[in-house]
Amino acid sequence: MKRTLIATSIAALLALPASAAEYKVGVLLPFSGVYAGLGAHIENGFKLGLEHFGDKLGTDTITMLRDDTEANPGATLAKAKKMVLADKADVLTGIVSSAVLGGLRDFVHSSKTPLVVSNAGNDAATGERCSPYITRVSFSNGSITRVMGPWLAEQGVKTAYLMAPDYAAGHQMMDAFRATFEAAGGKVIGEAYPPLKGTKDYGPYISKAKASGAEALMTFFAGGAAINFVKQYAEFGAAKDLPLYGAGFLTSAAYVHVQGAAADGVIASLHYVPTIDNAENKRFQEGYQAAYEGKLGSEFAVAGYDSARLIIEAIAAAGGDKAKFKGELAKVSFNGPRGPLKIDPATHNVIQNMYIFRNEFADGKVTQNVLATIEGVQDEVNGCKM
Amino acid sequence: MLTDPSFWLVQGLNSLQLAMLLFLLSVGLTVIFGLMNFVNLAHGSLYALGALIGYSIAEASGSVFLAFLLAPLAVTAVGALLYITLIERLRSAGPLPQVLVTFGLIFVLMDAQRYLWGSDALGVTGDVPFSGTIHIGSEPYPAYRLFIIAVGIAVFAGLYLLLNRTRLGAEVRAGVDDAETAAALGVNVERTFFLVFLLGCGLAGLAGAVAMPAFSAEAGMGVEILVPTLVVVVVGGLGSLSGAFVGSLVIGVTLTFGTALFPDFAGIAMYAALVAVLLLRPQGLLPARS
Repeated sequence: MKRTLIATSIAALLALPASAAEYKVGVLLPFSGVYAGLGAHIENGFKLGLEHFGDKLGTDTITMLRDDTEANPGATLAKAKKMVLADKADVLTGIVSSAVLGGLRDFVHSSKTPLVVSNAGNDAATGERCSPYITRVSFSNGSITRVMGPWLAEQGVKTAYLMAPDYAAGHQMMDAFRATFEAAGGKVIGEAYPPLKGTKDYGPYISKAKASGAEALMTFFAGGAAINFVKQYAEFGAAKDLPLYGAGFLTSAAYVHVQGAAADGVIASLHYVPTIDNAENKRFQEGYQAAYEGKLGSEFAVAGYDSARLIIEAIAAAGGDKAKFKGELAKVSFNGPRGPLKIDPATHNVIQNMYIFRNEFADGKVTQNVLATIEGVQDEVNGCKM
Repeated sequence: MLTDPSFWLVQGLNSLQLAMLLFLLSVGLTVIFGLMNFVNLAHGSLYALGALIGYSIAEASGSVFLAFLLAPLAVTAVGALLYITLIERLRSAGPLPQVLVTFGLIFVLMDAQRYLWGSDALGVTGDVPFSGTIHIGSEPYPAYRLFIIAVGIAVFAGLYLLLNRTRLGAEVRAGVDDAETAAALGVNVERTFFLVFLLGCGLAGLAGAVAMPAFSAEAGMGVEILVPTLVVVVVGGLGSLSGAFVGSLVIGVTLTFGTALFPDFAGIAMYAALVAVLLLRPQGLLPARS
């Protein structure tokens, strides 16, 4: 009896980790294709995060592997398998497209590989298709627009017209807004979902929305579509009768300077705005602008930055124990550039503040001023069973 | 909404503006088609090239007008290069190799554009002429779209004069009507074809450059516009200037009002119009050869 006890203690001692562990982080981002711009922002942010928080690693080390996901779920799955099975990656991160995330979900779940999602907002990934191995530091689609419903109703807006591209994210963003806006007494009196691919001219849609007589136009567009949409909205002189609101990607810090005067007066909600006033954001923006030609750090860059920090903090908490590391990811919480951030234990989705901000154009520059902060926005469990 | 006259006015102008872009693209295609039974599927890629080159010129020089002038010339030069290296050889090869090669060109040109300009949508950051809003009655409307309409009408008028008042125009009409007889009468049909091909490339480049400030420039935009352009060619009738104009109007109106009035069926409205025209007038609305 005594002997077995001693034997187990020795075994336990032997099983204790060596003092230094080497972690391989597989970064999967779109470096080509429609999302290439976003991929670059996230990677830049990720590298800055490694630089800013790398000293917390102690004797542990991180090696970065990277590969291109494009917007291709099949190819990404093959690349993820290679990273995990051949290159022995300990954790994956990145993922911009929700479709790519959907394609990867079963593999990371069954191979028990932790995945830190730094963009893809598909509600299902932290809802009915959630996994203990998937942790999301970016946002869920619904959480972005849900806060706009009650806020708009409080401003006295009674009717709204909805517009978003015709795909999962567009519908999830609009459905979440509709639910809270109507619960607060508002009414959606029209909606349009232009095709995601191939819509360059929003003129017919904007004209129709204006003719509906709604008091607000609530939208979600991102990237090139957002640039086109906001410019064309301004050209149609719609601002007077039909003020524009949206998910904050509409006027992202990544491209609001291209929209310029057209973005003036647009009000939107997002989990990050470059003007957030805290020490962490100041450090992030100063570091980012110094490293990347004075470019403003966008919400995409922040997600990369926070992904790096989350992984580093989990490694530090695990104390060199790789098995323990997997469980630590969802326990990390910190104050980052976007304010307090923690992971919901029930869904592994991020719990964070949402900022409602107004774009102000003056002297050739757009400034995003925060009008309201909604603290600790958390998703319903939505059928997630860990 | 439907009883509001400004809705019809604004959507009517939107239709007209789209129709003029389609016209600039389809007119070159249809005359080449009518003249030589040659279809250049990469025509849309030249439109994208016009937009991207226009973007670079506008950003480098700060002048969008310079882009309107130089981008079509640059695209014409690319067209000449394509003609000399590829298309001339294909002239006698029959329709299948022509379709295959020009279809392959779509991908080559698109990836070349991605390589040179990246895959983001690019919008000019400098001043754009006619960028303001003007009021038609009490209804605000983007002035730039009226400019696009004006460009389309001016090109139609110019081509009408070219076709009906010049020797080249007479040769084109003769070639479209009966290429063999025209050749027997001493018309150098091959040379005429080359000139028309270049003109078509230039107009595609112009369409891209003119569209760019309003709708931004992006590799791949040529593929999106190719299908409506081919539909215009078929609806209007092969080889005819007026056919391209009328066909563009029909498709512009169908696409715009289809989107606004029947959003759930917007995707098939254009094909429904195509089928209707083919059933009632298989030769197209205003074909060159009756």
